[in-house]
Amino acid sequence: MNGMTPDYTQPWISTLNGKDVEKMLKTIGVKSVEELFADIPETYRMKLEDWLRLDIGFGRPLSEVELKRLMDEKLGKNTALRTPPFMGGGVYPHYVPPVVKYIISRGEFLTAYTPYQAEISQGLMQAIFEYQSLMAELLEMDVVNASMYDWGSALAEAVLMVSRVNKGRSKFLIPKNVNPFHKRVVEAYTRPHGIKLVEVEYDRATGEVDLEDVKNKLDGETAGVYVQYPNFFGVIESGVKEVFELAHERGALAVAGVYPVALGLLKPPGELGADIAVGEGQSLGLGMNYGGPHLGIFAVRYDMRLIRQMPGRLIGLTTTKDGSERAFSMVLQTREQHIRREKATSNICTNEALMAIAAAVFMSLLGGKGLRRLAEINYYNAHYAQMKLSEIGLNTRVFKSDFFNEFPISFNGVGVRYKEVHEGLLAKRIHGGLYIGDYYPELGETALFAFTEVHSKDDIDLLAGTLSELLRRGKGVP
Amino acid sequence: MFRQAKWNEPLILEYPDKGFTGLSLDSYSDSTARAVGEIRIPKGVLRDTPPNIPGLPEVEVVRHYTRLSQMSYGVDNGPVPLGSCTMKYNPRIAWWVAFDERIANLHPLQDERTVQGLLEILFELQKWLANITGMDVCTLHPAAGAHGELAGVLTIRRYHEMKGRADLKREIIVPDSAHGTNPASASMAGFVTVTVPTGEDGNIDLEALRAVVGERTAGLMITNPSTLGLFEERIGDIVKLVHEYDALLYYDGANLNGILGYARPGDMGFDIAHLNLHKTFSSPHGGGGPGAGPVCVKDRVVDEDKNIRLSDLLPGYLVVYDEEKGIYRLRHPGPHSVGLIKSFFGNVVPLVWAYVYIASLGPQGLRRVSEHAVLATNYFVKLVEGVRGFEVPYGKGRFRKNEVVLSAKPLAEETGVTAMDVAKGLLDAGFYAPTVYFPLIVKEALQVEFTESEAIENIERYAERLKEISRVAYENPDEAKKWPINTSVKLIDYVKGDHPKTLAPTWRVYVRKQRGELS
Ligand SMILES: Cc1ncc(COP(=O)(O)O)c(C=O)c1O
Repeated sequence: MNGMTPDYTQPWISTLNGKDVEKMLKTIGVKSVEELFADIPETYRMKLEDWLRLDIGFGRPLSEVELKRLMDEKLGKNTALRTPPFMGGGVYPHYVPPVVKYIISRGEFLTAYTPYQAEISQGLMQAIFEYQSLMAELLEMDVVNASMYDWGSALAEAVLMVSRVNKGRSKFLIPKNVNPFHKRVVEAYTRPHGIKLVEVEYDRATGEVDLEDVKNKLDGETAGVYVQYPNFFGVIESGVKEVFELAHERGALAVAGVYPVALGLLKPPGELGADIAVGEGQSLGLGMNYGGPHLGIFAVRYDMRLIRQMPGRLIGLTTTKDGSERAFSMVLQTREQHIRREKATSNICTNEALMAIAAAVFMSLLGGKGLRRLAEINYYNAHYAQMKLSEIGLNTRVFKSDFFNEFPISFNGVGVRYKEVHEGLLAKRIHGGLYIGDYYPELGETALFAFTEVHSKDDIDLLAGTLSELLRRGKGVP
Repeated sequence: MFRQAKWNEPLILEYPDKGFTGLSLDSYSDSTARAVGEIRIPKGVLRDTPPNIPGLPEVEVVRHYTRLSQMSYGVDNGPVPLGSCTMKYNPRIAWWVAFDERIANLHPLQDERTVQGLLEILFELQKWLANITGMDVCTLHPAAGAHGELAGVLTIRRYHEMKGRADLKREIIVPDSAHGTNPASASMAGFVTVTVPTGEDGNIDLEALRAVVGERTAGLMITNPSTLGLFEERIGDIVKLVHEYDALLYYDGANLNGILGYARPGDMGFDIAHLNLHKTFSSPHGGGGPGAGPVCVKDRVVDEDKNIRLSDLLPGYLVVYDEEKGIYRLRHPGPHSVGLIKSFFGNVVPLVWAYVYIASLGPQGLRRVSEHAVLATNYFVKLVEGVRGFEVPYGKGRFRKNEVVLSAKPLAEETGVTAMDVAKGLLDAGFYAPTVYFPLIVKEALQVEFTESEAIENIERYAERLKEISRVAYENPDEAKKWPINTSVKLIDYVKGDHPKTLAPTWRVYVRKQRGELS
């Protein structure tokens, strides 16, 4: 009659009843809603019966009760592990406080858009400003943007930014011991721009960036240098400051990659001389979410030459027009795509604002001392694990230098391949570390294991016990 | 009458430090700490003092952010008819599922066999999105619409590289009504943007397009319905023209809500399309993000001899079903692929949210979505047509789809009350404002999109308020210049926020400027 798709009631789109529809059609001056689609050329216009034949959803609307049950069934097919996975590599199992989940589920934050209208969005803007400000304290960097998609894309945008600031220099130094996933993102982003990524070696004994190699490769063509600390091996780079000083001597920009939880114990990038810092905020109360949403951290030193080239949104402090009270507004928007279009510093529009708020709540909840404590716990648990696992005969000191909460374990010469170890653990519903032999063939059978505050002593003992058993079996001991 | 909450809430960094450490985690680690003893981090990299962040009781933190939320406005508060943004209701059942710990606790590099439930959901979502768009293969990798665009234009670039003419194919064409991300994405992939004008009828000026399409054209990016809310009637001719030069057609799916179930980009001849799950498929916008911007392609042949198809060039992972083993697996980006544009899989929470939305509505409901949305737009047009000071430029007499663009140009010229003032007047009545000053081709633009979520009464109230604003503008424009007065703060000074002298993007900068450490 009114042309509406029949047989349908679903609370979310039943905002109009039959009478409303009649009134609207009459006001518009048509008999049927289908007339409103008549300007779609017939060749492209979908007939109802054709549309309903497509494999979309379950062919019919599901009730809420059905749906919840269905989703529970599906999620039930994920393996319920006995302990959180002993896996890191840029994303870590960390505790997500209910306070964080509660705050980001509040509709006023959750269902808001980017605060284009500042006067009615002050609370949201203050929350994002607080994220920027709290992160600035953690990093001891002055300017932090409202978020990037994740660490990899933040790093990629940093490399692009460096090449804009240092126009005419075509090289960017990126050590071999940084996260290989991040490196792939950098490759994809920079390829069209002809930026030459120059790999810097790591010291095979310490696992740290090879300072000599940095010296050799740094030249007048180098736009910037990246150091990740702790690096991909979990090793704490002790020479970050030296590398950054070398970079500055040659007029290159210094980019630091950080894991925020580690900064409870490690010197912040600002103090080490970074011009730009990037990182992954996932560890600050976000959950791993099988890869996203995460939180790309992007920060720069206070220097207008850098700030004007930053990607992403920035919330700043201002006042009301009459000057009577504090207020927040989006600042330096002339860098962004909606104004500068093809000349924008980035194409980013939708970011990870809600995740930034989550991180702000997390940092507020812990405070500076709590962040310190959290880092210590991570350090202790990982070092306890290292002791336990070396006791059972594993080579847990592939590298000499100290590590934060993750370290590689070598399975070379133990009589079993890591793949079999992994299978053995999985059979007991324990998820081991990340096999890195494919990225670093020189390390052979090596896997990266991570330990955080969510792993109890018992968890670690369970892992050690199970591994010990698997090794004995590998040696033919029953 | 509307009055927004107002708390004189200090920054968390202005709270006095009470010395608390928030979470209680210690019992877990006392024994490991004892066993380990000293922290052996080298002095040169050991942090001297904890971060300068106060330690507060949990209740104070909860109150602080609760108060901030009360000075905020989302779809849960009232209509947010931001054009182009598709601010629909975000169903809570989807929240319940998408925020489930059985998803939150999954590591992206976990063994595939331990995440079969999630992979099944993502596999089905890929398939549904392909059917909804009329495309063949979808990747769920990109984190937002613009990220999908980047995936798309990088794929276009790869395509021409594989065909050995990347040096020639240097240009991406976009209409002048395009969203800013389109040309910005083109630049990020190293292309030059060529702009084509929109005709009076709201369609792309075909003659102008003919004049710029050529051997150098790598691709064309368009939104259909356009950002004017008008369906591009000559899309068939455009597709043909662009394909003649072996350039690819990119569909910006931001406005899919206006044709959902009625037309599909794949059928129109597009090669690549992104969707904004945080628009069309009800995933909440979170005050700016997260989003999810899956990209779908027609799996056309790129290299016959090597059996390379367009989907082989896409960045990111594909969930595939391994018939032999009976399990779902991740297909990693291969040698011809753009690679990764995000460290790991994709934004899974919005993806699962969209899955629940689609499953719940079914094909019937999805088609109803666009019917309601289009009905709402055109009803609103009728209500505001003839309101003094406003006009509806482009495509006179044509029906709109997901949105309509009003121009307050006459109002601005005759009374000095601008589109921005109108926006503030709407805030004052407890509504969120439309998107203003976009698309750029409309002077004093107000882009309005109600979506399927608004009841008729809300649309009528919105129109009433616009009439009221018009009346005030003509009778007492000074009053209109004072808006808003009912929001938590009055009109904000944007110039001060932007001025290099007063610029303070963090509290740290503000404090350091006060101390004279920065200028
Ligand atoms: C027409 C159009 N294209 C692209 C985008 C970019 O999408 P996103 O914000 O998800 O990156 C938007 C929305 O902001 C849009 O409205």
